[in-house]
Amino acid sequence: MKLGRGDLNGAERRSAYPTDANGQTRSPAEPRRHGTEPRRGAWRGGAGPGSAGDGRSGTAERGSAQRSDVAGGGVRLPALPRPGPAALGRSDLKFNADLLASLQIFINNEWHDAISKKTFPTINPATGEVICQVAEGDKADVDKAVKAARAAFQLGSPWRRMDASHRGKLLNRLADLIERDRAYLAALETLDNGKPYSIAYLVDLDMVVKCLRYFAGWSDKFHGKTIPLDGDFFCYTRHEPVGVCGQIIPWNFPLLMQAWKLGPALATGNVVVMKVAEQTPLSALYVANLIKEAGFPPGVVNIIPGYGPTAGAAISAHMDVDKVAFTGSTEVGHLIKKAAAESNLKRVTLELGGKSPNIILSDADMDWAVDQAHFALFFNQGQCCCAGSRTYVQEDIYNEFVERSVEKAKSRVVGNPFDFKTEQGPQVDEEQFKKILGYISTGKREGAKLLCGGNPAADRGYFVQPTVFGDVQDNMTIAREEIFGPVMQIMKFKTIEEIIERANNSKYGLAAAVFTKDIDKANYVSQALRAGTVWVNCYNVFGAQAPFGGYKASGNGRELGEYGLEAYLEVKNVTMKIPQKNS
Amino acid sequence: QLQPGRQIFINNEWHDAISKKTFPTINPATGEVICQVAEGDKADVDKAVKAARAAFQLGSPWRRMDASHRGKLLNRLADLIERDRAYLAALETLDNGKPYSIAYLVDLDMVVKCLRYFAGWSDKFHGKTIPLDGDFFCYTRHEPVGVCGQIIPWNFPLLMQAWKLGPALATGNVVVMKVAEQTPLSALYVANLIKEAGFPPGVVNIIPGYGPTAGAAISAHMDVDKVAFTGSTEVGHLIKKAAAESNLKRVTLELGGKSPNIILSDADMDWAVDQAHFALFFNQGQCCCAGSRTYVQEDIYNEFVERSVEKAKSRVVGNPFDFKTEQGPQVDEEQFKKILGYISTGKREGAKLLCGGNPAADRGYFVQPTVFGDVQDNMTIAREEIFGPVMQIMKFKTIEEIIERANNSKYGLAAAVFTKDIDKANYVSQALRAGTVWVNCYNVFGAQAPFGGYKASGNGRELGEYGLEAYLEVKNVTMKIPQKNS
Repeated sequence: MKLGRGDLNGAERRSAYPTDANGQTRSPAEPRRHGTEPRRGAWRGGAGPGSAGDGRSGTAERGSAQRSDVAGGGVRLPALPRPGPAALGRSDLKFNADLLASLQIFINNEWHDAISKKTFPTINPATGEVICQVAEGDKADVDKAVKAARAAFQLGSPWRRMDASHRGKLLNRLADLIERDRAYLAALETLDNGKPYSIAYLVDLDMVVKCLRYFAGWSDKFHGKTIPLDGDFFCYTRHEPVGVCGQIIPWNFPLLMQAWKLGPALATGNVVVMKVAEQTPLSALYVANLIKEAGFPPGVVNIIPGYGPTAGAAISAHMDVDKVAFTGSTEVGHLIKKAAAESNLKRVTLELGGKSPNIILSDADMDWAVDQAHFALFFNQGQCCCAGSRTYVQEDIYNEFVERSVEKAKSRVVGNPFDFKTEQGPQVDEEQFKKILGYISTGKREGAKLLCGGNPAADRGYFVQPTVFGDVQDNMTIAREEIFGPVMQIMKFKTIEEIIERANNSKYGLAAAVFTKDIDKANYVSQALRAGTVWVNCYNVFGAQAPFGGYKASGNGRELGEYGLEAYLEVKNVTMKIPQKNS
Repeated sequence: QLQPGRQIFINNEWHDAISKKTFPTINPATGEVICQVAEGDKADVDKAVKAARAAFQLGSPWRRMDASHRGKLLNRLADLIERDRAYLAALETLDNGKPYSIAYLVDLDMVVKCLRYFAGWSDKFHGKTIPLDGDFFCYTRHEPVGVCGQIIPWNFPLLMQAWKLGPALATGNVVVMKVAEQTPLSALYVANLIKEAGFPPGVVNIIPGYGPTAGAAISAHMDVDKVAFTGSTEVGHLIKKAAAESNLKRVTLELGGKSPNIILSDADMDWAVDQAHFALFFNQGQCCCAGSRTYVQEDIYNEFVERSVEKAKSRVVGNPFDFKTEQGPQVDEEQFKKILGYISTGKREGAKLLCGGNPAADRGYFVQPTVFGDVQDNMTIAREEIFGPVMQIMKFKTIEEIIERANNSKYGLAAAVFTKDIDKANYVSQALRAGTVWVNCYNVFGAQAPFGGYKASGNGRELGEYGLEAYLEVKNVTMKIPQKNS
């Protein structure tokens, strides 16, 4: 197959691809959408870097290309239903927070008020208005949840005695239930987090369901080994659950981070005490109901809405929690690991911040690179730990790249996240909103060139204009620190040796990308970058099969893939004396 | 001017400490100074880390070396250690006090096997290609973590060095190793062999020095990517905390234990007595996995205790260079006093002293093989790690009870059960929360089999394929492709 620009357009392109069940020709990676969005022929994401077409198609269409890439491409998505009860087909449910049973603390498959009786408001970031009050768990509630979890983990308990295959069945059932309530959950996610409903529905929920099904499959396949030990012994390993796992998840992908954490923990037979982010507790608490409905025994999963310095700290420092997994900022990652060190030496895995370099070599497909660099930074309102927040462009294409990136940022549709045309919703809360605007003024003050955006994008809610800085220097604050917002930094470089040095010169090492058509450059650069994920000619590509995690201060350990199981297993070596060994 | 082998090894060269300080290393059999050794501290650690980082630069000889050649170098190092086996065993005995026969036959044997084992892994730690959804080609590379700080203890100086170097070097890392101030000599001798084997300068750097200075400098260093520590749980907390407060370096810990050794009434009595003795007294009781809670089922308790006391009394304590000696001195005065302190605590708290309990010689740090009977689980000697030749025997009735009691410890390093009953063996070995469970044996180690703790006994595993994980970063590389086909 030829890769040249334009080769894959029009009839030639269609003929190169298989015909689907409806007799329609489609790109192998093209998401099948029924109903409202007939843009199959023009879709640009599926045919690789050579297929970028004219690169100037409508913004809504670019949004769709982004979605399908994040979903891993090739996914068969159902129609995008309107949010709300109609989409659910369940007339007993209204899209009304008052009817949510799940605004409390979930322990032992039951709902509890906080022991302190305290509550906190969760806010709709599109309006700044309070959605509802949620129980505020703290140390006392964590203690209660840990007790429940420990009891569920006792030798001889239903959960410990359950067939591994049945754990897989329960995880698949949970995935089924999430699929059943997909539109409702997506709407809840949008309401609480601000991300566009179309993204929540097509990307987040798709990945949640796939993640749970993926780990369901692992539940009876995390084999121990038999080991040819020297001497007259029979030696084998069992991979046993670590025990009570504290899991502290962030607000940027509330449901997906919940699935990333629950999937491996439950597949391997652990019990969980999960703290969900105070900004976005609603969807994870709704899932708690589904966990019960799926049939997980009481105490196996316990979910506490609350704040980091209280509930999160209590988990990290708890003497009867065997392991803590945290996704969030590097700053808090230090605190979590320290608390583990000072308490019971619980195992620690961390998925932390990043300042990921996205390197555009001059031989890259320009349309595709501009498109992907935009996606790398602006996806999810810029609230991705792996955001491509240092866009390094080789000098001979720098001017054109910057110009087109600015154009693209300007045309990004910011607005009501429930509107299907919206590409960018509000930031998650006022604190983030202010922090981002603060970074923008720092950027200007330190001499970076503001090329577009830079201001709030609406009168209310936490909307920020898509912002692009050019002529950024590596030592500027906006090139060193994680902004976690829709603010793109573009830098210039000359040589590959130089850019590897500069790309690696960061305390972070979460992700990186390189865009090039040259196979030698692609391999050299991807080996040289010190990052847990290197994307080549793409960005933000995730799948449950592929491990994710940081080098350096971006984290400890890996999530997803087979590697993601390791953090949830203790290896037990059993060595038995035998009378006589034979090979 | 110190001789090579008594200095700091950086960049395949010998250096005095930057401070010019030295410390004495002691022969524990006599209490006399063997020699002075350079005392590395923070400044020397910085220097060693710089050398290691340089050796790890992209394009360096070590980074560009074929993986198979790393295996060849490790095998060469094993060859050189075998060549100098008697000398090394003698050095180990002189500095540590363990019987020469054990050093030669056990420690050195395991050192050589460990290095050869990891030599074989050097070109076999495969990444994966991954069937990722979408039009992508996805694979993982298992890359070296980078600069690895390694802090090793004094109880098996050479073996702990091999456990640390084997996986780190097989996977292409560079090392800054701090060796214990009690026993620096053998590891420093090996430094010469590392150079002779042909490892490039800066790949292995070895610093003799103290924990609170050199060890702390490694743990808190901003340019050390990973720290591996073997030692006490107390210090393990400090190491992990320093990692948390500095650069979030990866941490693996092999720490203390209070390992239960469970003797069921159907066990082979001779074998069980023999192994329970070995479980506790091996290496002067200075094993993190020592079977230091011997639980005996009530109907055989009396006989078991009697025979264990008999066995302890007949243990030969003496000059470690004498081939008949089974037990040498404890490693230093501090340990010697600590152990005697635990013995008086045991007596004070009401445990029954059945034999031993005193120093075993007029000079040197020898302690009599000591057995306590009627020990209760809440006594200090049943909770804390003594790290000496002091055996605690407890009585139990039922299997359910003993599982509960065995697991009731902050530690979870090792455990053992002696029984002829296959159902009991399987039930108990599944129920015990420990990284190693021995069935009808104790202290069985091999490079093939993973070792490491549950709970506060550690984080991570050493040895076996599992032992590679701590020295690898997984890099996921995902490439856009025009069209995927299965």
